[in-house]
Amino acid sequence: MTEAIDPLKLAGAKPKGKRPYFLKDPDVERVLAVTMALAQEVAVMRERLDTVERILEEKGTLSQSDIEAYNPPKPIAEARGSWTQEYLARVLRIYQQEIEALDNVNEPSSEDIGHELGAE
Amino acid sequence: MSDKNMPRSYDGPPDYRNVGLHGMSPKTTHDEKSRFNFLAHLNRHLASEILPGVKTAYETRVEPKNPFPNHRNQVRKALLEDSLFQHWSALRRGTMELRQQAGRWVTLRQANELNSKAAEMTKDDPRLVLDANLDIPKYLSSIDHHCMPGSYHDELVPGDVTGAANYDVGIFVTTGGGLGRFSDGGGQAVVQWMQKNRPDFAPKRILDIGGGLGQNVVPIAQAYPDAEVVCVDTGAPVLRYGLARAKSLGVENITFVQANAEDLSRFPDGHFDWVQSTMFLHETSVKAMPKIMKESHRLLAPGGLVMHVEQPQYAADMPLYEQAIRDWDAFYNNEPFWTKMHELDLDQWMVDAGFSRDELVHGGVAAVVDASLFPEHANDDVEDYGRKAAWHIVGGQKSDAVKEAAQ
Ligand SMILES: C[S@@+](CC[C@H](N)C(=O)[O-])C[C@H]1O[C@@H](n2cnc3c(N)ncnc32)[C@H](O)[C@@H]1O
Repeated sequence: MTEAIDPLKLAGAKPKGKRPYFLKDPDVERVLAVTMALAQEVAVMRERLDTVERILEEKGTLSQSDIEAYNPPKPIAEARGSWTQEYLARVLRIYQQEIEALDNVNEPSSEDIGHELGAE
Repeated sequence: MSDKNMPRSYDGPPDYRNVGLHGMSPKTTHDEKSRFNFLAHLNRHLASEILPGVKTAYETRVEPKNPFPNHRNQVRKALLEDSLFQHWSALRRGTMELRQQAGRWVTLRQANELNSKAAEMTKDDPRLVLDANLDIPKYLSSIDHHCMPGSYHDELVPGDVTGAANYDVGIFVTTGGGLGRFSDGGGQAVVQWMQKNRPDFAPKRILDIGGGLGQNVVPIAQAYPDAEVVCVDTGAPVLRYGLARAKSLGVENITFVQANAEDLSRFPDGHFDWVQSTMFLHETSVKAMPKIMKESHRLLAPGGLVMHVEQPQYAADMPLYEQAIRDWDAFYNNEPFWTKMHELDLDQWMVDAGFSRDELVHGGVAAVVDASLFPEHANDDVEDYGRKAAWHIVGGQKSDAVKEAAQ
């Protein structure tokens, strides 16, 4: 009955309604989307590695089903959550800097300062 | 990473593994859960770290160039020229698309199991009343709301429930767990409001319009176990899934009916003591709303209550910047009616539907969740405009002329 469903193809289907693009160059937006999808997959891998480490540390052995069934107690879940926050702060650092720069729009550049320092 | 020496106290989303399971819950692998975790964090990061910067950008470089706007659309159009707003928007839209893909992958790869289970659990059950001939209104069929391919009504195969299952598994991501274990924090909040403000209210029949897969009506049905509850929606997949889900949670007093809330002539006048809508009106249209409101008024018994729960309206005292950001979902997340709905004078619409001004009811509620596991609105200062788990109630209580005359 569900032969018609190809999950791989349909999972990423486009929703009805024209997609908005926000960046000046839509190609950049595409690259941003690919980058964030990759960032997602790195986080997924990191969480899996963390699960593997914790099971090994506790039991010394490991099976696929241990990984699938793993449910971190609250302090561990929070440590993993903190890692993800730290990770996102790293990945999206450029935005942090731009936001900080908003507080000082007339900030001189190194070039400006160089001119100033070199002036007689 | 060290657990004992965490450098900061943690205030992020809970692990997805805290989400409550029921008999229709799709199975998720370790990595699929991790993906939901990441996406919840990403949404939270965009709201807590980048959106405040958008506000600064607006104040420092957008507004000075576009002073004295007199409408939120002017603010939004000016923001569209700003690179930080552009990037925040590109990331927010992209995150929604990743969320849809992640949830759809989970549910479509087990479509067969999910569809068979729903069929089995609802087979010959008189509490599932479908209408294959129902026309899906244009406001639903012309666009996929919140970028959810297939919306609430499309079926990939006969008996499909995968769209509903995707909605169910993924809503955690958009709100960072703000809706609680069973994504029912809104329904629980409504129950709490009712018990506090109408402690003697003992509805015999309750109607939830646009109830979807019943996430928010289940707590209502649980709180009033003797009431006969009806959940109406236009989408067959959400209704099938909803009945199976409710039954598996031990809730037996909800009937799921496929119908258009604009025309509920199948029910007689005054049939319900409580007509509820939760996050529903913003997905209809300006033509549909008066019909829906009239029907709700007609269906209400004397003394009964209508309650509409939505994000706050764009009142005159709401800054235009906030209105513009709240409008983001309308323009960029396929919620086309969101903008108009939030500027309407709902009180006037209630009056036009038959309520008198002194019958109107107002309130505010925030998601009620198990605070040991999930973030609580009350303790959360991150404002993800339009998505925060806090709502306004606009309602009406029909006066009980008979009772009053007898007193
Ligand atoms: C955002 S969902 C909210 C679902 C539910 N109330 C909740 O709180 O989880 C809106 C629902 O309204 C339904 N809907 C929209 N227009 C409708 C109409 N005219 N009649 C019945 N249902 C409708 C959609 O199919 C969808 O399931």
